[in-house]
Amino acid sequence: MLGIEPLTVEQITFLLDQSKPFQEIQRHPLKKLATLRGKTVALAFFEPSTRTRISFGTAAARLGSDTMNLQAEVSSLRKGESLLDTARTLDAMKPDCIVMRHSASGAAEFVARRLEIPVINAGDGTHEHPTQALLDALTIRDRRGSLEGLNVAILGDILHSRVARSNLHLLGKFGCRFTLGGPAMWVPRELESLAPPGCSIRRVARIEQALEGADVIIVLRVQQERQHESALALAEYILLYQLTPERLRLARPEALVLHPGPMIRGLEIDPAVADGPQSCVLEQVTNGLAVRMALLFELIGSAQTESSAVAPAQAKDAADAAR
Amino acid sequence: MLLVKNGRVLDPSRGTDAMLDVLLEGDRIAQVAPAISAPSAEVFDATGMVVAPGFIDLHCHLREPGDEPSETLESGTRAAARGGFTAVCAMPNTKPVNDNASVTRAILERAQAAASVRVWPIGAASRGSKGEELAEIAAMKQAGIVAVSDDGRPIATARLLRQVMDYCRSLDLPVIDHCEDASLAAGAVMREGNQSVRLGLRGMPAATESIAVARDVQVAELTGGRLHIAHLSTRASLELVRAAKQRGLPVTCEVTPHHFTLTDEDLAYDTRFKMNPPLASRSDRDALLAGLTDGTVDAIATDHAPHEPALKDVEFDRAPFGVTGFETALALGLEQLVHTGGMTLMRLVELFTAGPARALGITRRVATGEPADLTLFSSEHAWTFRAVESASRSRNTPFDGRSFRGAPMATIVAGRIVWRR
Repeated sequence: MLGIEPLTVEQITFLLDQSKPFQEIQRHPLKKLATLRGKTVALAFFEPSTRTRISFGTAAARLGSDTMNLQAEVSSLRKGESLLDTARTLDAMKPDCIVMRHSASGAAEFVARRLEIPVINAGDGTHEHPTQALLDALTIRDRRGSLEGLNVAILGDILHSRVARSNLHLLGKFGCRFTLGGPAMWVPRELESLAPPGCSIRRVARIEQALEGADVIIVLRVQQERQHESALALAEYILLYQLTPERLRLARPEALVLHPGPMIRGLEIDPAVADGPQSCVLEQVTNGLAVRMALLFELIGSAQTESSAVAPAQAKDAADAAR
Repeated sequence: MLLVKNGRVLDPSRGTDAMLDVLLEGDRIAQVAPAISAPSAEVFDATGMVVAPGFIDLHCHLREPGDEPSETLESGTRAAARGGFTAVCAMPNTKPVNDNASVTRAILERAQAAASVRVWPIGAASRGSKGEELAEIAAMKQAGIVAVSDDGRPIATARLLRQVMDYCRSLDLPVIDHCEDASLAAGAVMREGNQSVRLGLRGMPAATESIAVARDVQVAELTGGRLHIAHLSTRASLELVRAAKQRGLPVTCEVTPHHFTLTDEDLAYDTRFKMNPPLASRSDRDALLAGLTDGTVDAIATDHAPHEPALKDVEFDRAPFGVTGFETALALGLEQLVHTGGMTLMRLVELFTAGPARALGITRRVATGEPADLTLFSSEHAWTFRAVESASRSRNTPFDGRSFRGAPMATIVAGRIVWRR
């Protein structure tokens, strides 16, 4: 699982369907399954991450898997070891898959091509963050019933957002229409070329235009740590691009507000919107667990079963049993 | 004595295209004529081959001194010979930088002992190529440099470029510039475009190069010095060179085989496709093909830039820029320009001989009394390039495993066959 771009609509739908029983597990007092007992998931986070690492770690734990943790701050990377050597060392400890976050675009693919075991991309540079797009899609599908043909507004630093790319690929495959709003240097024309057939991507100068008629609004984080960019004054950003209740009223009344987190209240989003009825922020976090459990289960859980068609039924049974 | 018989001599400097024999005596060409008889001479049968003046590569990195794990004068020139090159211009970004006569002499002495082909050093324009003060250019000229450049980076400021060009005009040396606006290139690892946005890799816009070319052309006009644009890669840069030539300015340029063969669409995260300037758009690539054919481009140069495998086996962002190029240059020229593009063999030979010679202010001919440097090649020979079989110490080529129609067959330097297929 290196990115959304190469996946088909059928594969995406399958993964979302597979996530349903795992959603139910999150609502149950006893959340732990034994499905992946004896398996090991390596969490290799070469870039600081809290929520994604904890989400994958928890997903693995609730499936009964062990985890190995590598964090950049304490790893040998600091001592100058190459990514390839670090990955091979991890691999030699015989995990069943590696979940990887790295600041370089293409890093997960780089490792995947050199190892036998599955690699899950938990975010590579400014390229893709596939599980985020899956959990966003699950959240949207639950609320709207379908992903087909929605009007989706994406707001903020789209050029440097792996979340935006994965969402464009995923929702684009379902024929969504996108409007991208943000500072012009972060919304370059080339983004329009990401549109799959049957999907349109339109850039607009003002976010008010992006919001008009939107069914779904994805608010991106302002990445103040970005290198080689002169920072935009935050006051300017707030003035022009903050999602406020007034601006939100331009969208459809039932429009959903998504944010991949970490969210900075008062910067890209007004607290009243973040906590409002249209906000899906906490649902996204919970759905992240379900999507990641489904993915881990598919990648390393069903390898030993006779047929993967049996797997969802087993998972459902497991979920029922846990209830 | 060496007699090259039954070949088709192509000499763009004089427009010669005829079945002629070439007799070499010592390090000079003794005779060029039909059916030469020289009973005492060793005979090389060039039936089915083109006999061309010795190929010159205006742009390569031989890495010695300082980065011998990647390449040496010995391994690099052996690769050059296998590519049909009889003389290669070595960029000064070695460790130490070739910015004074003692480094120049050391390189030439080492080449004398170990090199298969002629090594023509290029001296740094500024001390340490740091872009601050002039290097010891006159002393390096006496020691044997053929041009100056701060390659790897642009000559830092218009003011320094002006000084270098003024000074080099008096020394009759060309100034070679790696044209790049440093602020636009900062942090970039490929060309900016649909592909960079799709891959999430930081791109530099095409204007990164042409902004610097525009500056350089104006400084050339200001000083009257000879300017050579290294590894030109965009349509806009080419237009600037074309306009400069039309105004009669002494501006020349080179294009690499990878830039006229590949585009940014060929790049995924494979570091063998990472070089600087980066692979350009299809539109830019098409402009380069046109410029090579219509005469705007003077030379094909390889920018052979070896890096030992471990350096390239990293994340795309971290890999050094550069690809090897000696052994595939002619074959790519035949593939892209002659077989596909309809260019004449004469024009292709010019791009490897008379063109680069003109940029250096010398001549290159198959004629009595000239140096006995010849490149023999076939436009039809079928072969497959395998990086592991390369003479280079490095393997960083995007053309590993590519099958070709046409290949170098033998390389003759100073009357001696230094390589034959």
